[in-house]
Amino acid sequence: MPGAVFRPFRRSEAERSDRSAGDRLRHREKVRESIRENIADIVAEESIIGKSGDKIIKVPIRGLREYRFVYGDNAPGAGQGDGQTQPGDVVGKGRKEGPGQGDKAGDKPGQDFYETDVTLDELIDIMFEDLELPDLERRALRKIPAERMAKRKGYRQVGIRIRLDKRRTARERVRRILATRRLSGQSPRPPGTSAAEADRQRKPFHTEDLTYRHVVTDVRNESNAVVMCIMDTSGSMDTMKKYLARSYFFLLYQFIATKYRSVELIFIAHHTEAREVTEDEFFHKAESGGTFISSGYQRALDIIEERYHPSLWNIYVFHCSDGDNFDSDNPAALRTARQLAEVANLFGYGEIKPLGSRYYESSMLNLFRRLDADNFQTVVIERKEDIWPSFRAFLSKDRARVADDAAAPA
Amino acid sequence: MPDYSIADLERWDERIREQAAAFGLDVYPQEFEICDHNDMLGYMAYSGMPSHYPHWSYGKSFEKLKTMYDYGVSGLPYEMVINSNPALAYLMRDNSLCLQILTIAHVYGHNDFFKNNFNFRQTRAEFTLGTFKAHAHRVRSYVEDPSIGYERVESILDAAHAISFEMRRNRAIRKLSQDEERQRLYEASQPRPDPFRKLHRAPEYQAPDLRRVPAVPEEDLLLFIRDHNPYLAEWERDLLTIVHEEACYFLPQIETKIMNEGWASYWHREILNALELPSELHLEFLVRHNQVVRPHPGGLNPYHIGLKVWDEIRRLHDDPTSEEKRAASLGGGGRDALFETRSVDRDASFLRRYLSEKLMRELDLFQYEQRNEDHVVTKVSDQESWREVKDTLIRSVGTGTIPVIKITDADFGGNRTLYMVHEHDGRDLLLEYAERTLQHLHRLWGREVALESLIDGKKTLLAFGDHGFAAKPAR
Repeated sequence: MPGAVFRPFRRSEAERSDRSAGDRLRHREKVRESIRENIADIVAEESIIGKSGDKIIKVPIRGLREYRFVYGDNAPGAGQGDGQTQPGDVVGKGRKEGPGQGDKAGDKPGQDFYETDVTLDELIDIMFEDLELPDLERRALRKIPAERMAKRKGYRQVGIRIRLDKRRTARERVRRILATRRLSGQSPRPPGTSAAEADRQRKPFHTEDLTYRHVVTDVRNESNAVVMCIMDTSGSMDTMKKYLARSYFFLLYQFIATKYRSVELIFIAHHTEAREVTEDEFFHKAESGGTFISSGYQRALDIIEERYHPSLWNIYVFHCSDGDNFDSDNPAALRTARQLAEVANLFGYGEIKPLGSRYYESSMLNLFRRLDADNFQTVVIERKEDIWPSFRAFLSKDRARVADDAAAPA
Repeated sequence: MPDYSIADLERWDERIREQAAAFGLDVYPQEFEICDHNDMLGYMAYSGMPSHYPHWSYGKSFEKLKTMYDYGVSGLPYEMVINSNPALAYLMRDNSLCLQILTIAHVYGHNDFFKNNFNFRQTRAEFTLGTFKAHAHRVRSYVEDPSIGYERVESILDAAHAISFEMRRNRAIRKLSQDEERQRLYEASQPRPDPFRKLHRAPEYQAPDLRRVPAVPEEDLLLFIRDHNPYLAEWERDLLTIVHEEACYFLPQIETKIMNEGWASYWHREILNALELPSELHLEFLVRHNQVVRPHPGGLNPYHIGLKVWDEIRRLHDDPTSEEKRAASLGGGGRDALFETRSVDRDASFLRRYLSEKLMRELDLFQYEQRNEDHVVTKVSDQESWREVKDTLIRSVGTGTIPVIKITDADFGGNRTLYMVHEHDGRDLLLEYAERTLQHLHRLWGREVALESLIDGKKTLLAFGDHGFAAKPAR
């Protein structure tokens, strides 16, 4: 029997043959497709709301399972113990999914459950691909000149002391001295001249030697946007409602951030009074008391008046509430809402009604039906699966598009 | 850098071969390729094949393996060997000399098993590499054909992969042709010769339905669809053939995982012990060997269980207790018994024949069931329930994990609905998976497909037609 053949390792070959590259690429493509298909579920996952862009998140991929006929839950398995196994011992985790809660992706240990890592930015890209909004390039609805400091632009002979360029100044002086000497035909310090003579020939700096760096302020057109998140923080807003509101604000911010160079976020919490608060307070601080929706709108109007003039800023206002307003406040709410719709690009009202509560709680939807601004939109969110569809509906009213479309032929 | 040279390996290989031959192992010529971890990951993703047709699932499996490897969740195997003639094995370059010696001996164990176990007889090892290469070539030619393209090839492959292992389990039994099947059906329907015909009332004659397709329930789903769906294009039929052939090639390995690994572990231990290694190599060998064949509490380590059973077979013949002797007139010829078993068994029969109550207790085998989120032990190998644990174990090895599904009627209801029956053995199908698999079947069959099964004890018909999936109680 002849001996075995041994083929030694050859590095060059190993580096050349990345045989799975094509299949991996196709797999990545399918992962992206799958994310796109399941975007509504993924967006609603708690874990991604409120994360920063470069964070890696795990996305459970359902589309990439390789389906076959397999046995289900009632199939017993066999295993090997450590010698003391007794009936009743727990030897591992099974499928997470229990009856009645179909939210989480089910998995069988070691089987076809698969998670993939994407960064949040990547996910947001895919999300807005899904929106198929053609206007992602139209950043500049309202351009405002933004002053950016310190752009160098050549040298001048006048300027302030701090911008004096010493090196160039010294060089200027040497140059001047050499020039005058050549003109007068003198040789540099002939031998035998005294120190006094030399002192008489000193060549001090002249004013015209001084060279200053010239700095201009750079003026660029920037498109700015402000997202105003208004939320009812009265006693009736519980954690679930706040979570739904938060997902919505998150999406809105992420979307606006893809369209504008700089986006500011304003949080206004209101019950019967409204305050501007930090993000953390906004989402985590529970307050009590009744609700005057108009107070929140009025505060937003005040802030716009003070800091965000509508001619300079693209204003996006979104209000989340459970629709429980004091009746006496309704006329004022309608009036302020109308004003807001006038100054904002887009003004939305989201009524959060966790499933079932919709039929017996009061609603602002009827009232807002009377407000017929074309950039105003109301949405009802009953559960987290509603977030994405209603968000799409909301964005379709963006006035920026309407205005741009109108401006295009001119 | 490795602590060995190719010349070292060749020297050791020669000694190992001597020992293997002395022990009576009967092997194909052997080829070894030294590779690094990247190559190994690549080979693992493509089941060891040097060339293989492209499909995204291999990319997925590569990514998965690589992630697990990079994060240290799982290491790489020391070797990989494929069933071909000459047998091709990959050795990890970074292994120490001792590991390479162990691995080479282990590979010869697999090699012998591939050559001699009856399950592998129809895989035609001398054509393995060529067949896979030809498959790759054909699939690529369809991908590159402008009238077909990647997407359509992928769609067929996706669907074919979903049912690739729905096939006859025992490939060593010849498949009858349709005519032969009809003939048998006819013969079976004929009244038996009865010496007391005069006394007995003539049994009522029931004519067999010879026009029915298939005549008897059919297990080879891919082949049946290939041969009975007239609307498939030639290249689609060819893809189904390719997927079927590859499944046939891999089926024996699924069927003999425990036997095969146990066999290779048994012989690498015997060979290395016979080699009389220098003491430092021998110590490392003992450590590595015990790592490989240690039990995995909570799971099943095929190396461990396989080796234990092989040892048991040997002991049973060479050194039986007086009781065992009485029960089965054993004694002597342990080596012959090993080689016979290696040729004629598969995991299910191997365990059924040789996994005794005593051994099961020693291995502490148990049965678990799903309770809410946990796997809870329901039976252990005690006097009362060891048989049930054994049955459960046998059903969860080899093809026992693949539901048996048979086509009973290709023209159900007269509208070419494909009617299949799941042979329910107490385990329900996972509905979500069944639905999506039926969708794939529908893609291949082109008409409605229906699967009869038991769900929660109720006879249910799962159907996938032009209007999607439906589950309804069956008659």
